[in-house]
Amino acid sequence: MTSHPPAPNLTALSPPQSPAGVHARARISARPDAHGRTVLPVLHGEGPLALRRTRATGPEAHVTLVGAMSGPLGGDHLAVAAEVAEGARLSVGSAAATIALPGQDGAPARYDVSLTVADGAELHWLPEQLISVRGSELRVTTRADIGPGGRLVLREEQVLGRTGEAPGLLHSRLTVRHAGRTILDQELSCGPGAPAGWDGPAVLAGHRAVGQLIVVRPEFAHEGVKPVMLGDCAALTPLAGPGALVTALAPDALRLRRILDDALNRLT
Amino acid sequence: MSRAALLVLADGRFPAGGHAHSGGAEAAVKAGRITGAASLEDFCRGRLHTTGTVSAALAAAAALGVDPVALDGAADARTPSAALRAAARRLGRQLLRAARVAWPAPELDALAREFPKGAHQPVVLGVAARAAGLGAEDAAYCSAYEAVSGPATAVVRLLSLDPFDATAVLARLAPELDGVARDAAESARRAVGEGVDVLPAASAPLLEVGAEGHAGWAVRLFAS
Repeated sequence: MTSHPPAPNLTALSPPQSPAGVHARARISARPDAHGRTVLPVLHGEGPLALRRTRATGPEAHVTLVGAMSGPLGGDHLAVAAEVAEGARLSVGSAAATIALPGQDGAPARYDVSLTVADGAELHWLPEQLISVRGSELRVTTRADIGPGGRLVLREEQVLGRTGEAPGLLHSRLTVRHAGRTILDQELSCGPGAPAGWDGPAVLAGHRAVGQLIVVRPEFAHEGVKPVMLGDCAALTPLAGPGALVTALAPDALRLRRILDDALNRLT
Repeated sequence: MSRAALLVLADGRFPAGGHAHSGGAEAAVKAGRITGAASLEDFCRGRLHTTGTVSAALAAAAALGVDPVALDGAADARTPSAALRAAARRLGRQLLRAARVAWPAPELDALAREFPKGAHQPVVLGVAARAAGLGAEDAAYCSAYEAVSGPATAVVRLLSLDPFDATAVLARLAPELDGVARDAAESARRAVGEGVDVLPAASAPLLEVGAEGHAGWAVRLFAS
């Protein structure tokens, strides 16, 4: 790992150190300036979590998460936090897929994403896929807290193994709160060691790519969203709150992305 | 408490409308994912460890007296499919009608007032178990068993599967059911002090997608 002395104000936030593995945090904070453009007073990455502001024109700020190392490896603990203040618009993507790899001592890796979107703020969180490689073990948590009039577009894609490869063990939990109320709380465990039946006819049935697209918008509270099938193995459904969820399964990452892109066009 | 009350509550003939629902099996049969006893077993196992686990924990927490309104909200968040939320509330309303006659209790009356269109079925099941003098683990068993017995019974009708084979599937799942019920009761006990966020949220993507598709069918044998 590259030696990066943590910024003093982040030391208190650092997760407990374990003997092996990289522990890294990244933070983004977005707020509007006097002209209504979004500025980024905090854009801090470390270790494998490098952040770049990729476009500066227009009212929206674009940030790309650049993987400075491959990983996470077993034993790593990565955490990304983004905060969007009232009136700001932030869009975050990543330069490449995140690849969960086995570590040396068999310890699991952790990846925690925390998103806070204030009333009247907008966040598009559209990273590339997460690929679970054979022998890896990763726990991912994504938590989004949206203010009453906040807007969110969030995509998550999990790919089980590289082409033709068996997957590792992947646990993911996605929690979306709107105005203090949880409108989506979902866990998915898959791969060897996951609770039995994960690849059976009720859960994944041999599909190797699974993804979700969540759109939260205050208008959805009044207009509603009509449930609709998007092919055989994907559906759009209204959540119990001002949000909509697309759940999609596909044989591979490419076909999954196609379904979610179509869904995104339909919703935006 | 009367242990026999558990048999009454878990009986497939308890008049709560469960027989009209396949637990996603009808959609899975149509998609060719359930074709016989072996794939039925895989289906039930996956359902048991996902939505079955969640339902069992919700029921156990309700049986312990955790706020039914908070539990109903937790059930909504854990049921992203609108079709499944609607089915769960319909089943909850039917169960509540039967339970209020079987085990009259102020808590059941309060639940009916709070949710005139029906609360999520596992929440009602837990409060009903409580009214019947049963405990958290009893409620969890009842809910986890329903998670697999519903599809097994439905597939007998859908595929003309031999009822002996369907029952053998349930018997083989029994040890896993014990584990799910135990874990559900344990997380329910944690929820008493730490709130409903600690309850499991395991999801089954194909059950959710399949339920949305199934709800749009013009002709179907089961309501969900």
